[in-house]
Amino acid sequence: MKIELRNNKDFWAGLMLIVIGAAAMFIARGYPFGSAMRMGPGYFPSMLGGILALFGIYVLIMGLRRGEKITLHCSARALIVLPLSLVAFGLLMNHAGFLPAMVVLIFGSACAGQDFKFVEVLLLTVILTGLSVAVFIWGLGLPYPLIKGF
Amino acid sequence: MELFNHLIFGFNVAFSLQNLLYCFTGVLVGTLIGVLPGIGPLATIAMLLPLTFNVPPIAAMIMLAGIYYGAMYGGSTTSILVNLPGETAAVVTCIDGYQMARQGRAGAALAIAAIGSFFAGTVCTLLIALFAPPLGEFALKFSSAEYFSLMLMGLVAAAVLSHGNMVKSLAMVVVGLLFGIVGADVNSGIKRFAFGFYELADGIGVVTIAVGVFAVGEILSNLSDPEERQVFTSKVTNLFPTKDDLKRSFGAIVRGTGVGAFFGVLPGTTPAIASFSSYMVEKKLARDPSRFGHGAIEGVAGPESANNADSQCKFIPMLTLGIPASGTMALMLGALMIYGIAPGPQVMTEKPDLFWGLIASMWIGNVMLVVLNLPLIGMWVSLLKLPYRLLFPAIMAFSAIGIYSVNNSSFDIYLTAIFGVFGIVWRMLDCSPVPMMLGFVLGPMVEENLRRTLQVSRGDPSVFFTRPISLAFIVATVLILIVMAAPAVRKWWGAAGASSREGVAE
Repeated sequence: MKIELRNNKDFWAGLMLIVIGAAAMFIARGYPFGSAMRMGPGYFPSMLGGILALFGIYVLIMGLRRGEKITLHCSARALIVLPLSLVAFGLLMNHAGFLPAMVVLIFGSACAGQDFKFVEVLLLTVILTGLSVAVFIWGLGLPYPLIKGF
Repeated sequence: MELFNHLIFGFNVAFSLQNLLYCFTGVLVGTLIGVLPGIGPLATIAMLLPLTFNVPPIAAMIMLAGIYYGAMYGGSTTSILVNLPGETAAVVTCIDGYQMARQGRAGAALAIAAIGSFFAGTVCTLLIALFAPPLGEFALKFSSAEYFSLMLMGLVAAAVLSHGNMVKSLAMVVVGLLFGIVGADVNSGIKRFAFGFYELADGIGVVTIAVGVFAVGEILSNLSDPEERQVFTSKVTNLFPTKDDLKRSFGAIVRGTGVGAFFGVLPGTTPAIASFSSYMVEKKLARDPSRFGHGAIEGVAGPESANNADSQCKFIPMLTLGIPASGTMALMLGALMIYGIAPGPQVMTEKPDLFWGLIASMWIGNVMLVVLNLPLIGMWVSLLKLPYRLLFPAIMAFSAIGIYSVNNSSFDIYLTAIFGVFGIVWRMLDCSPVPMMLGFVLGPMVEENLRRTLQVSRGDPSVFFTRPISLAFIVATVLILIVMAAPAVRKWWGAAGASSREGVAE
């Protein structure tokens, strides 16, 4: 019986756990380990990394035996657009000010959805941006310039 | 009558104008997000937490708690009226609540849900006042060994009692512990897992990780399966339940409160478990079980009392022991730490105003919910017409502003984006993020207590088994593991979980 790996839920879960565990152990090698009596900063993370890798191996084997498939799927569009709009928000907050950051974030996130209606999204952007300026900048007095030069 | 002195003291604190206002805001926001599917209390509290930094801790905690139990309450309204659970805990209420609404008895169902929730809230306020002080006093005697074992028990129980695969949940706790110790080590000052970013010297913010995984991750998973939402509103005519309704409901409310309180103090169980269990109890006890599913009022009264009791009793281990029993409680614990309050049994003695004020505020909040909800039902239902495609950009906007305002740093925003991706990947792989959250909050404390214990015992781990209280926790941990690993128990628990539908985080 051949088990398909591409869609195998526990195979990937196990692999992820092993990678995180192994990475933790590897990085923690750079910290003093100490002893049980005098634990160094590397002791606890190495231990956790080891435990995690073991769990990971178990989950991975479970995946190979059962071959359960991933049922929840994420639209690639949302997966790319949503984090990107957050990153854009971060960059614009630093370099362009609150207004452009909000506009890009709201408009950008709305693009992640399935049914995108331009006029509606435009309206939403204007209303939400206005609302957040009123509440956060004027109301709560957050010290962010609305627009700043590059 | 120490109990009453404490409660009177608490009410004095909670009745200040400012605290009443925050309590009101909390339950209002809570009801709102309880009504709206697709956003849960955990994500909301994470989103609003940064805005409370300038507020006194007591007012902030009162508001955050209000959001939590308000959401439980709001979820029932839409379950009954439109067969749409706003929160996972309210799924069970749909079964008989919506049937009642279709028979033109929506008013009675809503009123019974309100009465049941209020009864449960009152009983649980008393329970907390009764049991928290002795529990806290007991815990004051703990040394680091007991604390380590207690946290171990809490984390293991939370992992195996949460739904989904036991091993994966345990692994997620470990992932959380690892994320939790990112940053400067308290003993040596070495920055661990900081990858050269000075922003990580203080560790990952609890708000960053919670918003990333639970708000952004949730949106990503909601966008993957667009749901058609149609609203058929039943008219609410007569709010007064009949005498027969009240007679049938009384027992269900009392039993539901008991079931909810029991599950409430267990770590890892969600309010959905409590309401599901209560429904099963009522069905078993009913003289004519066939009425269930066709508008049996006990099927609304029991579960609604149970989920409210559960969510309030979740505060007992959090406030007295510093052990979070759910994802939301982990966040509240993180909030306490941000306000500079070390969680644990000393909170009760060192911050009595916070402790008793918070407890009293929950009762006041329950009164507000009853008063607030019944007249505003029409408004809540009309909110349901708000499509998700307009809702999630707003969630994104408020999340981003909240996160940015914590440190005025874009770095946290980028981290949130990363954790959002983690959030959806974990959901796809069936790795529950809630145990991760518990591990994350407890991470530094687990390490510190382990370190201290082994330092005193000169590196000898047998100390965990020779100290009686510590041994008891270890034995309990092992027992929980064995019981929950038994196939029959697993199956029953899995059924309870399936009915409570994954999705919105508690």
